[in-house]
Amino acid sequence: MNADAPLHIEGLLTAEQLESLAAGDQVLYTGTVLTARDAAHKRLVELIDAGKKLPIDIEGAIIYYAGPAPAKPGYAIGPVGPTSSYRMDPYAPKLLDRGLRAMIGKGARSQEVVDAIVRNHATYFAAIGGAAALIAKSVKSAEIIAYEDLGTEAIRKLEVVDMPLTVAIDCRGGNVYEDGPAQYLASI
Amino acid sequence: MRVIQASVICEAVKELCIRANCVMNDTLLGALQTAQQEESYPVAKTTLGCMLQNAQIARNDMVPICQDTGAACVFVELGQDVHIEGGLLADAINEGVAQGYVEGCLRKSMVDDPLRRVNTQDNTPALITTDVVEGDSLKITLAPKGAGSENMGQLKMLKPADGIEGVRDFVLDAVRHAGPNPCPPIIVGVGIGGNFDHVASLAKRALLRPIGASNPDPFYAQLERELLKEINSFGTGPAGFGGKTTALAVNIEQAATHIACLPVAVNINCHVARHEEVVL
Repeated sequence: MNADAPLHIEGLLTAEQLESLAAGDQVLYTGTVLTARDAAHKRLVELIDAGKKLPIDIEGAIIYYAGPAPAKPGYAIGPVGPTSSYRMDPYAPKLLDRGLRAMIGKGARSQEVVDAIVRNHATYFAAIGGAAALIAKSVKSAEIIAYEDLGTEAIRKLEVVDMPLTVAIDCRGGNVYEDGPAQYLASI
Repeated sequence: MRVIQASVICEAVKELCIRANCVMNDTLLGALQTAQQEESYPVAKTTLGCMLQNAQIARNDMVPICQDTGAACVFVELGQDVHIEGGLLADAINEGVAQGYVEGCLRKSMVDDPLRRVNTQDNTPALITTDVVEGDSLKITLAPKGAGSENMGQLKMLKPADGIEGVRDFVLDAVRHAGPNPCPPIIVGVGIGGNFDHVASLAKRALLRPIGASNPDPFYAQLERELLKEINSFGTGPAGFGGKTTALAVNIEQAATHIACLPVAVNINCHVARHEEVVL
């Protein structure tokens, strides 16, 4: 994995950008991400299964698996680190097949999700689990855009500047959770 | 006999909730700093650096270190010469949790029912364990426990013939299976003995021990050291990106058991391993 200076990426992720990223690359992302976790995913996929319209534009979107703590006065958002991604594995392939471009979370994914990432030329980024106060510093605004009744689990639109990420599974299926430990073990 | 007012318990619990979630304790900070110095793999060094920077921001701003401010696990040691006045102990604890989580801008993560899942909006109910002990004081330990690590716990009823090797294999398999999910570097709580429910409680209590404190029984202290060494040879590393530091500690708690039983449980804590206590 790559410990060089992080790459700056801004705006919508293009196929070319994702093509240039490899598992282990560190990225500072500036642009829009949508938070959604267990409860929101369940609703989104129920709508897809019923053939109904989604309350968010999924085409080209980046979903961040996160549910923030409440914001203190004067803060754009409360601490907002990633939640474990595997819980969204039952839902992620359907969203990827409808144009979801990238996911941000933490931890391992199922083979079905890896296959859907490769099939759709998408990418899975990892944020550092537990680094919630640090990550919140990169969030400049947050607005609930769907499922307000879910509280912390509502879908929020975040505008982020230099959000620190690591490419966890790249568009070819390269996987930092396999390559990183292997590279470390080879280094000692 | 000593009288303690329920309102005093409530206030103490509220303060514990806020402090435990926003201020990383010095022992844990020290362990993460040492781990960072000892890492040779650059990515692991950088990742631990981010975790330390995060803890610093949380402490300065008094915001939660992690957005998952957990289920409020409360361990009470109630001296048998204490009389609580002005309300029930559990009510006072729950009121303290509600006030702490609302006033401290901590995330409310509890749902009222495991299948119907409606958020209770104030992080109650607390998960309370009470022991009656000698004396006239009341000790309350609050350990907010996030779900990323909690979901990686495992329990198995081994056969006595499985012995220490069976225990060792079970613990290592559980940690290997957890991989990057529980936010390493982790603390591994292991319960051995008791019965089905008791062993889970032992594993959870093992997480309350300060990092660096071994089991007082040299036999189990040795097993803790061996398991820690094995786990840190996996290469998982901080955040699972690779490195030496997969676990900061393995803590074992053991108890008497039935002639036919060898229960073992693993309860994992993340690198934001929170517990604060107060003695009233």
